[in-house]
Amino acid sequence: MRPHEVSTTRLVGYGLLLLVALAVPFIGLYPVFVMKLLCFAIFACAFNLLLGYTGLLSFGHAAFFGSAAYATGWIVQSMSVTPEVGIVFGMVIAALTGLVVGLIAIRRQGIYFAMITLALAQMVYFVCLQAKFTHGEDGLQGVPRGRLLGLVSLDSDTAMYYFVLVVFIAVFLFIRRIVHSPFGQVLKAIRENEPRAISLGYAVDRYKLLAFILSTTIAGLAGALKTLTLGFATLSDVHWSMSGEVILMTLLGGLGTFLGPVLGAGIVIALQDLLADRVGSWVTVIIGAIFVVCVLLFRRGLVGEYEAWRIKRRAKARLQAS
Amino acid sequence: MTEIFGIPIQAFLGQLLLGLVNGSFYALLSLGLAIIFGLLGIVNFAHGALYMMGAYVAWIALDKFGINYWFALVLAPVLIGALGIVIERTMLKRLYKLDPLYGLLLTFGLALVAEGIFRDQYGVSGQSYEVPEALQGATNLGFMILPNYRAWVVVASSVICFTTWFLIEKTRLGATLRAATENAPLVQAFGVNVPVMVMCTYGAGAALAALAGVLAAPVIQVTPLMGSNLIIVVFAVVVIGGMGSILGSIVTGLLLGLIEGLTRVVYPEASNVVVFVIMIIVLIFRPAGLFGKGS
Amino acid sequence: MKLKSIASALALIGLATVSGGAQAQYSGDVIKIGFITDLSGLYSDIDGNNGAEAIRMAIADMGGAIDGKKIELLVADHQNKADVAASKAREWFDTQGLDMLIGGTNSGTALAMTKVAAERKKPFIAIGPGTNRLTNEDCTPYTIHYAYDTVALAQVTGSQIVKNGGKSWYFLTADYAFGASLEKDATDVIKANGGTVVGSVRHPLSASDFSSFLLQAQSSKAQILGLANAGGDTINSIKAAKEFGITKTMKVAGLLVFINDVHSLGLPTAQGLLVTDSWYWDKDDQARAWSKRFFEKAKKEPSSLQAADYSSTTFYLNAVKAAKTDDGDKVMAQMRKTKINDFYAKDGYVREDGRMIHEMYLLEVKAQSESKYPWDYYKLVAKVPGEQAFLAPSKSQCSLIKKS
Repeated sequence: MRPHEVSTTRLVGYGLLLLVALAVPFIGLYPVFVMKLLCFAIFACAFNLLLGYTGLLSFGHAAFFGSAAYATGWIVQSMSVTPEVGIVFGMVIAALTGLVVGLIAIRRQGIYFAMITLALAQMVYFVCLQAKFTHGEDGLQGVPRGRLLGLVSLDSDTAMYYFVLVVFIAVFLFIRRIVHSPFGQVLKAIRENEPRAISLGYAVDRYKLLAFILSTTIAGLAGALKTLTLGFATLSDVHWSMSGEVILMTLLGGLGTFLGPVLGAGIVIALQDLLADRVGSWVTVIIGAIFVVCVLLFRRGLVGEYEAWRIKRRAKARLQAS
Repeated sequence: MTEIFGIPIQAFLGQLLLGLVNGSFYALLSLGLAIIFGLLGIVNFAHGALYMMGAYVAWIALDKFGINYWFALVLAPVLIGALGIVIERTMLKRLYKLDPLYGLLLTFGLALVAEGIFRDQYGVSGQSYEVPEALQGATNLGFMILPNYRAWVVVASSVICFTTWFLIEKTRLGATLRAATENAPLVQAFGVNVPVMVMCTYGAGAALAALAGVLAAPVIQVTPLMGSNLIIVVFAVVVIGGMGSILGSIVTGLLLGLIEGLTRVVYPEASNVVVFVIMIIVLIFRPAGLFGKGS
Repeated sequence: MKLKSIASALALIGLATVSGGAQAQYSGDVIKIGFITDLSGLYSDIDGNNGAEAIRMAIADMGGAIDGKKIELLVADHQNKADVAASKAREWFDTQGLDMLIGGTNSGTALAMTKVAAERKKPFIAIGPGTNRLTNEDCTPYTIHYAYDTVALAQVTGSQIVKNGGKSWYFLTADYAFGASLEKDATDVIKANGGTVVGSVRHPLSASDFSSFLLQAQSSKAQILGLANAGGDTINSIKAAKEFGITKTMKVAGLLVFINDVHSLGLPTAQGLLVTDSWYWDKDDQARAWSKRFFEKAKKEPSSLQAADYSSTTFYLNAVKAAKTDDGDKVMAQMRKTKINDFYAKDGYVREDGRMIHEMYLLEVKAQSESKYPWDYYKLVAKVPGEQAFLAPSKSQCSLIKKS
C-alpha cells in the first residue's frame, strides 16, 4: 500500500468522528464549547505544520492568532462586512505579520529562531495594548456574527457550528494535502537533515518561509473564527501564555501527526473549562504537571504513542506470521 | 539649569544611577541562566520559579523561624541549589540526548507547578519583607536620595558576578567544566566525573537564582508571580549577550538596566518592550549575540 | 477519547435541563446563582474564594430556599480571561438554567458577561470590576453595578483631598485602559475643584521597578502622588515610595486600594496612605457584627467586595421572594423599586442606568501606634453621599436614563 493511501480502519475511524461531529447540536453537547475546541484545533494544526512537519519551534504564534482575531473583530464591527470577508481580512493580516516575522527570523536556527519569534510577538502584544481600537484590556467586545455571504444568518449557535465544522474539515484536508505533496516532502527533508537538503540544491530558506507563512495564515483563520464564535477579541489572544498553550496542545496530542493537535486542543480546552468550575488555582499546577509527564513519558504525544504502538504490534504480527 | 530629554541634568543622573541598580540586578539574575545554558545547553524556564522560591525561603525563614536576612542569603541558595540537583538527577538528565526543546518544555512545566502550589498556599497579594536593619535608610547623593539597600544590591551583585566569571573563565575548575561541555566522553576519560559536575552546575545555577530572589525580597513584594514577570526579560538578556557567554549576560544586564532607565524617562510605556527591540536589532547584526561564540 | 466522555456527561445535563421548567414560576424549580470571578490570579484575594463564601452565607441566611425552591450556587474561575468568563456564563445560562449572574473582578470579563446576560434577559450584578462603562456606554436593563466604579473613586479621592488642601497632583498611572480612565476621571474632578495636575507618567503593567517613575514624581514637587493603578503595581509603588523617602514630601493617594493590599503592605509602610472605598468592616456596629461572622469562616476581615457579594445576593433573593418568581424581567423590576438597608449600605437604591447608589468613604491608613487591634487600619476622613460620588445622570451616555 502506498504511504499516502489511508487504510480502511483509518477511514472508518474518521467516518465515525465525522458522524459524531455532525450530530453535536442534537446529542446535547454544548455547541459553543465544541466550536471553541474546533478553533483551537485549527490553531494547533497550524502550529503542528510548522513544528511537527518543518521542525521550526515558534514561541510567538499567539501574535498571528491574536492579530487576526482583532483584525476580524474590528472590520466586522466597524465596517459591517459579512463574516467571510472578515475572516479573509483576518487571514491576510496574519499572513502579512507572518511575512514580516518570518523574514526577520527565518535565517536563524533553533533557540534563536524561537526567541526572535517571542520578541516579535511581545511587540505585537505591545501594539495591541496601545492601539485605541482594541480597547486595551477591556477587549474588543460585541462582535456580531452577521450573515454568511449576505444570505445565511449565523446568529444561531447551530448555524455557526456547522460553518465552523465545514471550515475545520477543509483546513484538516488542506493540511493533509500539503504534507503529502512534493512541497511537504521537502519540508520533511529539511526537518530531518537541513544541510543535506541544502546540498541537494533546495532553496531551504524559501521553503521554510513559505511554510511559516502558511502556518501563520491558518493560525489567523483560527483566531478570526474564534472572534466570530465568541463575539470578542481580548489581550489574552496575543499574550505569550497563549503561545505556550498551543505548544502544549500540540505536544500533548502528538507532533507530526494529523489528529494529534486536534486531540491535544480538545483535552486542554476541556480541562480549562471543566477546571474553571473547581475552586482554587490547581489549573496551572495540573497543566504544568501534564507538561512534565508528557516530556518525560509521552514525548510523541498521545496520538504519536498510539501510532508507534500500532506499528510495533503490526511488525510483531508480521514477524510471527513469517 | 541644563536639561537632557526635557528633564534637568540632576534628575537625569538620578535615573541613570537607578538604571545601573536595576542593571546589576538583571546581570545577577541572568547569570544563573547563562551558566545553565552555556555549560549544559538547557533552556531553563524554571529559573523564574527558582528565584521566586529563593525569596519565599527567605520570607518563611524570617516569618516562621526568625532567621534573619543575612543567614537567608546563605540558606536560600543552599536549599534551592539542592532542589536544583534533585531536579537534574530525576528529570533533566533523561533529556540531554534529545532536542533542547524538551528541556525547555519540562522546565516550563515545573515552573507552572511551582507557581501554582505557592499561589494556592500564599495567595497573590504577596508578603512584605523588611529591609534588614543595617541597610535601612538612605544617603543623600546631592542629585538624588539613594536608599542604602539599593547600593548594597549593586555591590553584592558586582561581587557575585565577578566571582562567578572568574571561577568559570580563569580557574582550572572552570576550564574543566567548559571542556566537559564540549567533549564529555574525552573529559570523562581523563577521570573527571562529568555527571556529577553537570549536576552541581545546575544546582549552582539554581542557587544563583535563589540568591537573586533573596536580594529582591526587600525591594518588591514576595509573590508567587514575581518570577514569571521577569523570566522572559532575563531570557532576552541571555540571548542578547550570547548564549554561551557569562561575560555577555553580565554586560547585557547592565546595559539593559541603563537603556530601560532612559526609556522610562523618554517613553515610559515601552520600558517593558525595549528589551525585545534591542534583541531583534542585535540578532540581526550579530546572530550569535553580542559575545556569542557562533551558533 | 476525551470527547466521548464529555459528550455523555453534557448529554445528561442537557436532558436534565430540557425536562425542567417551561411553566414553573421558578425555572427548573430551583434558583441558580452563578459566581464568576478571579479565583487564582491577581485579584483572588480581594474577592475570590472568600467572596464565594460570603455568597454562601447569604444563601444560608435565607434558609437555603425560597417558597420551597432550593437556592444553588455555581462558582467558576475566569482566570482573568474574558473568553473563559463569557463562555462559562453562556454555558450556564444555556445548559444549567442559570437565573442570576454575579461578576467578580476584572472589567474586561464584566463587559463580556454583561452582554451575555442581557441577551438572555437575566440579571447580572457586577461587584468587582471598576469600569464605569457598565452603567454608561454599555449599560443594559439587566446590569446592576453594585459596589464601586472608577468615577466614584476619582470623584471622592479627587474632590475631598483637594478640599483638604491637597491642590497639586502628580499621577503614576498603569498603562492600560483602566488606569487611563482612572487618571482622566480624577484629573477632571481635581480641576473642577480648583486643583492642578502638575504631571503624570505611565508605567507598563506589572513593572518590575518603580523607582524611576517615583523619582520623576518627586522632582515635580507636587503635594499629592496619585496612584492610578491596582493590585501588585499599587503595592510595589507604595513600597518604593516609602523606600525613597517620597512619603516625607508627598502624600500618597491610592485610587484603587483594598484592605487586603494594606494588610500585605503592613502599617509601617502604608501609613498615611489615602484610600477611597465603598465600605469598611469597622465602620459601625452592624458592619462589625457581620464581619465577625465572616472572620470565623475566612480568618480574615472582609474586603468591601466580599461584603458587597453578600449584600447583593441577599438583595436579589429578597426581590425573588417578593416577586414570587425568578423571571429576569420581574426580578429586575422588583430590585429597582426596593431600597437596600443593611450592613453594607443605608438607603441604597438602583438607578435607571443600573448604578447602585450608596455612600462612599475617604479613609486614611493609621500609623502602627494608632492601631489597637488586628486589621484596625483605617480612620475615616470623609463621607460622600452617593449622588455626589457617582456619575451624575446628566453626564451619562446611557440610553436608559431619561433626560429631563
